[in-house]
Amino acid sequence: MADEVILLDAWNSAFGMRVRVALAEKGIKYEYKEQDLGNKSPLLLKMNPIHKKVPVLIHNGKPICESAIIVQYIDEVWNDKAPLLPSDPYEKAQARFWVDYIDKKMYDVGRRVWSSKGEELEAVKKEIIQHLKLLEGELGDKPYFGGETFGFVDIGLIGFYSWFYTYETLGNFSIEAECPKLIAWAKRCMEKESVSKSLADPHKVYEFIKGIKKMLGLE
Amino acid sequence: MAEEVMLIGAKGSPFTRRVETALKMKGVQYEFMEEDVSNKSPLLLKYNPVHKKIPVLLHNGKPICESLVIIEYIDETWKGTPILPEDPYERAKARFWAKFMDDKCLQPLWKSCSSQGEEQEKAKEEACELLKILDNELKDKKFFGGDTIGLADIAANFISHWFLIIQEVTGVEVSTKDKYPKLYEWIDEFVNCSIIKENLHPKEELVAVFRGRLQAATATK
Repeated sequence: MADEVILLDAWNSAFGMRVRVALAEKGIKYEYKEQDLGNKSPLLLKMNPIHKKVPVLIHNGKPICESAIIVQYIDEVWNDKAPLLPSDPYEKAQARFWVDYIDKKMYDVGRRVWSSKGEELEAVKKEIIQHLKLLEGELGDKPYFGGETFGFVDIGLIGFYSWFYTYETLGNFSIEAECPKLIAWAKRCMEKESVSKSLADPHKVYEFIKGIKKMLGLE
Repeated sequence: MAEEVMLIGAKGSPFTRRVETALKMKGVQYEFMEEDVSNKSPLLLKYNPVHKKIPVLLHNGKPICESLVIIEYIDETWKGTPILPEDPYERAKARFWAKFMDDKCLQPLWKSCSSQGEEQEKAKEEACELLKILDNELKDKKFFGGDTIGLADIAANFISHWFLIIQEVTGVEVSTKDKYPKLYEWIDEFVNCSIIKENLHPKEELVAVFRGRLQAATATK
């Protein structure tokens, strides 16, 4: 029986990108349905009634929500190739810990970057640098967070790379100057087709945020 | 080789209790180290430098942090009573509800009793909505995990025990049997599970912990 896989997503969602990358790594065919988060579709509200957010994976009619949970689901169902999580329980726990860290910290600062200014913006900028430096420390000299192979933590963070240009431009700073190894890691990930085809264009993301700020009178 | 399992935690913490429940479900022998979170030990800062929080599980000297991450580690490392289901879709659902407890429920439930004025009213409203969602989720199940307790039930432990005590201590009424019948049925089933019942903290201990926390919360205003 053919699998039916649908992804409800929004083009600039760093969390949605996690799922796109995971699906591409596994070579899974799926239907992508772009969602308008300003005018949520009946399908989204039906499939994610609790959070009403993207991404949502619908596998043979059954919804799975929350990006980190979706990626683990994908890894467990399509377990015949490209393992995304390590097999060792301790390494798996470390990977889950870091994706949880990214979940807790990056979304919040990302949102505050474009909605604040002046002193508040300076504070958010410092926070972003702090989090990225910590992650860079965790990466160390490894090619990927998982070691030799691209995995769960890499997938967990890489979508935010498409937002770096926006953070840098609004905050007037260079992430590469602060975290050169992290940028080298991101560029290494972008050499993979599963990543380059899944990430949003950073300039488009910036234009989008500029538009939002104008609309909300936050220029 | 003898295994060395140590749990760094605090007796009054529901997060610590979650990990203890998981260890007991698997019959794992462990050493408990009580942490004074107002005066963090060098050991805690060494093993959880990122968050500096309890609980931390040390397995043969290697630390695992974040209670839900620890529980999955326990489930994967030791045989015995399964904590997560085998089926990937059911696992995803268990993880979803466990995350829901942590990300969405904790803060509003705590604030609904511990804050004041408008902040409290808002928190109470939110808490009621969340409890309704949980009540609905339990409509055709004994536990969040189905017939037996699982990850989501363990994650919801602060509702089954702590939240009821906080309401009693503060005199604030947010949840009642009439409003959330299915949730109260779950509470009964959950606390009567032998693994939970045998390891319940004496109420007076928890009351004391919460009076302390509440005093600290109002003092910082």
